Amino acid sequence: MSYVTGLACRECGSAYEKAALHVCEHCFGPLEVKYDYDRIRGELTREVIARRATSMWRYAELLPLDGPPTVGRQVGWTPLVRAERLAKKLGLAELWLKNDGVCFPSLSFKDRVVAVALSKAKELGFDTVACASTGNLANSVAANAAQAGLRAFIFIPHDLEASKVTATLVYGPRLVAIRGTYDDVNRLCSEIGGKYGWGFANINLRPFYAEGSKSYLYEIVEQLGWRAPAHIVAPMAGGSLITKIRKGLLELDKLGLITGGASTHIHGAQAAGCAPIVTAVREGRDVIRPVKQPKTIAKSLAIGNPADGYYATRAIGESGGYAAAPEDPEIVSAMRLLAETEGIFTETAGGVTLGATLRLLDEGKIGRDEPIVISLTGQGLKTTDPLELAPPPVIGARLADFDSLMAIAKE
Amino acid sequence: MATVRIPTPLRKLTNGLEEVAATGATIGDILTDLEKHYPGLKERLCDDKGQVRRFVNIFANDEDIRFLQNLETPVADKDEISIVPAIAGGV
Repeated sequence: MSYVTGLACRECGSAYEKAALHVCEHCFGPLEVKYDYDRIRGELTREVIARRATSMWRYAELLPLDGPPTVGRQVGWTPLVRAERLAKKLGLAELWLKNDGVCFPSLSFKDRVVAVALSKAKELGFDTVACASTGNLANSVAANAAQAGLRAFIFIPHDLEASKVTATLVYGPRLVAIRGTYDDVNRLCSEIGGKYGWGFANINLRPFYAEGSKSYLYEIVEQLGWRAPAHIVAPMAGGSLITKIRKGLLELDKLGLITGGASTHIHGAQAAGCAPIVTAVREGRDVIRPVKQPKTIAKSLAIGNPADGYYATRAIGESGGYAAAPEDPEIVSAMRLLAETEGIFTETAGGVTLGATLRLLDEGKIGRDEPIVISLTGQGLKTTDPLELAPPPVIGARLADFDSLMAIAKE
Repeated sequence: MATVRIPTPLRKLTNGLEEVAATGATIGDILTDLEKHYPGLKERLCDDKGQVRRFVNIFANDEDIRFLQNLETPVADKDEISIVPAIAGGV
């Protein structure tokens, strides 16, 4: 059933067979999954997709497994919400929110990539999986590995949000916190991966893992009635998601599945305290200058040395998109604005995406009369600390107590 | 002599060794010395202009050489140098 023809280096094109490989041995470029689109074209039609279960696997031909998924079979098909109140507030004609904050089972878009990575790990015969994570990947690998009966080792920076640590530990993985930044964790993991021979979701399984992100875009297009929006705004950490959004869009277009073509402008969002990709885009370069000490409340985006930064700048540039990096107070305001207008509690990364959208609207990079999709990739309950909301008043249990509270409110 | 940690994709060139010794006053010299003992290694790490490839990270005693002086970064005896491929993650 596989439509995968093999792996190829994105830099020099060297071909490799399907295996737990992620780096080209000639030039260190990242390896990417290649598909037989001619075969897929005849078989994956809108009608075929419409008959399938509502999960990311309705696009199985465009995902890199050899057999049916064995992990995360119910992941995906999250709501695409028409945001009318927020649109009205911002003076926008058509605004949509793709909300992976309710993705099953671990409440972030990482369930998509992990479903692919762990299903692939089982196909390749691994009994232990692992990852380096800024939090959401940790939650997802821990949850999905528990369900799949795989042993899991998870490595995180020592200063992650407490709720992300709890939402990992509860599944019983081996969790190790590293004194250092995410980039330090990554470096260690690349050495651990080489030595222990585990299936690392974001290292040796990366070519497969990263493909799972495409399902986020496929769903957006299908949920819009097989139409591509004029704009998509996506958060960027390592730069993989935005790169795969672009790839997914071009694939659907190549397969003739999009009405009106794929001229979507893809915009990138990072927090001002760690914005190496945004900086490169805004300075018109494709060389990424790493950020040594990221400093932002958006910890899931705090990657100073983004592996796919170069491809992210290209995806943005080729699509005619742009990039913006809101400051931490703007991120918090955006989280509250979204919650108060649309009833959606997104995590800090979603605040970054909405905050960046506001900047791009002000700069005229996004037209107010054009269809816009904002990517919400995680759940607000995981990152409550930065909100610092005023506590509620405490009153006695008598009606008179409430009456006096209302009297104060009236004044 | 400095110690150089070799990542898995390059170990075919170092007869499977995870760590090798190299001499040189700078990172650039170290790479040249490595090439002498393990032919083919430098072209994997550097492009035609001699610059470190986009997806290669080199660390001198835990510090990314892009935060130091790149290939001109000085190397002292017993320094530890790591070569690490770029890794995906986040969000």
